[in-house]
Amino acid sequence: MTTPRTVELVVNGEHRAGDAEPRMLLSDFLREQLGLTGTHVGCEHGVCGACTVLVNGEAARSCLMLAVQAAGTEVRTIEGLGGVDDMHPLQEAFWEKHGLQCGFCTPGMLMTAVELLESTPNPSLDDIREAISSNLCRCTGYQTIVEAVQAAAERMQGEAQ
Amino acid sequence: MKPPPFDYCCPDTLDEVLTLLAEHGEAAKVIAGGQSLVPMLNLRALHPGVLIDINRLPGLDHISLEDGQLRVGALARHKAVLESAAVSEASPLMALAYPYVSHGPIRNRGTLCGNLCHNDPASEMPAVALASGAEMVLQSAGGTRTVAAEDFFTGMLSTAAEANEILVEVRVPRAPAGQGAGFHEVSPRKGDFAYVAVGATLQVADGACTGARIVCAGVGDGPHRAYAAEDALTGAAPGDDAFRQAAAAAADSIDPSEDFHADADYRRDLVRSLTRRALADAASRCN
Repeated sequence: MTTPRTVELVVNGEHRAGDAEPRMLLSDFLREQLGLTGTHVGCEHGVCGACTVLVNGEAARSCLMLAVQAAGTEVRTIEGLGGVDDMHPLQEAFWEKHGLQCGFCTPGMLMTAVELLESTPNPSLDDIREAISSNLCRCTGYQTIVEAVQAAAERMQGEAQ
Repeated sequence: MKPPPFDYCCPDTLDEVLTLLAEHGEAAKVIAGGQSLVPMLNLRALHPGVLIDINRLPGLDHISLEDGQLRVGALARHKAVLESAAVSEASPLMALAYPYVSHGPIRNRGTLCGNLCHNDPASEMPAVALASGAEMVLQSAGGTRTVAAEDFFTGMLSTAAEANEILVEVRVPRAPAGQGAGFHEVSPRKGDFAYVAVGATLQVADGACTGARIVCAGVGDGPHRAYAAEDALTGAAPGDDAFRQAAAAAADSIDPSEDFHADADYRRDLVRSLTRRALADAASRCN
């Protein structure tokens, strides 16, 4: 049916529910139904990566997934990463290394980098470039983002030891 | 909301999917990974009446090597295929081409079978399927049929699959012993749509090429097999002279489309360069 249905899922560790027509994209559901506007909507056809979130631990374009398809999944968004007082090492590194300017691509970059560092704690520069090749940034020229991810990886490795 | 309105079903069994396809026909679209379908919906290039989501179906995510065939099910994600030992063993050409298939987040959800059904002209896997003599297993409420790759890809974003059919599995014959493979692509960024990609396989016996396959993507309305270039190699001594001739024949065999990324001359030039490189790689891997 085209009529809205209730979608229940876990977002950033919390049980959440909201109504969605089948055609509602996960990106719009997160922003409009759940009020999580940290996930940015850029191209809305899977090219820019700004809306990247983690679905069951894997990076996904939330503009290429229907909200109804996310029922029963565990979603992580930028809001779950850390706040002003408890920043994630990646957020701190993006700040320190100037890994952002306008900030539009940053939530997607961070969630993409989270997936990378959780699967590859000690990535090479090529690994980092390959991972963020899925995301467009129109400000930084990428170099500072690569340096930020590398710095975060080193810090997280240090903390783990 | 970007996509047009549609109904949505998420059945638990293949039988239910086939019944729904029989009922809705042209109005239905099957969604697996959705990494090509949802962009089409967002751009309102498609207006399906109903989406049939197959993600809950059990047992369709297999990647196996049986009876000399690589078998990849409808729900096998690109990431799993890319990382599969069965793929590198059975189809070195597919293994070489896979790192060029899109970016990580797309590979996490997109499927090989969905990619083949979408048949984007710049897509690597339809070309690989064509070079490898792959077969598509199509199922409907009326039964199952197998369609060879050369008959499956019928034009721009089109395949031989009927509206009431679903591609349940692709079967790729195991590459012959001693065959070498090469794959090269030029795109704006790695993972983006190819301007041009060329794949080649080669067998050599007694110092002569005995069997060559050369396929191109990004040069027309679907995967292109360069038969004239393959014929030019048959019986020739593998080496740069023969590869240059074959590359020239491959470039002559295409009538490329143009867009603001790459005009026809540039695409022809890429086919010439990439065919040489792919053949040289393939020759170096023959044994």
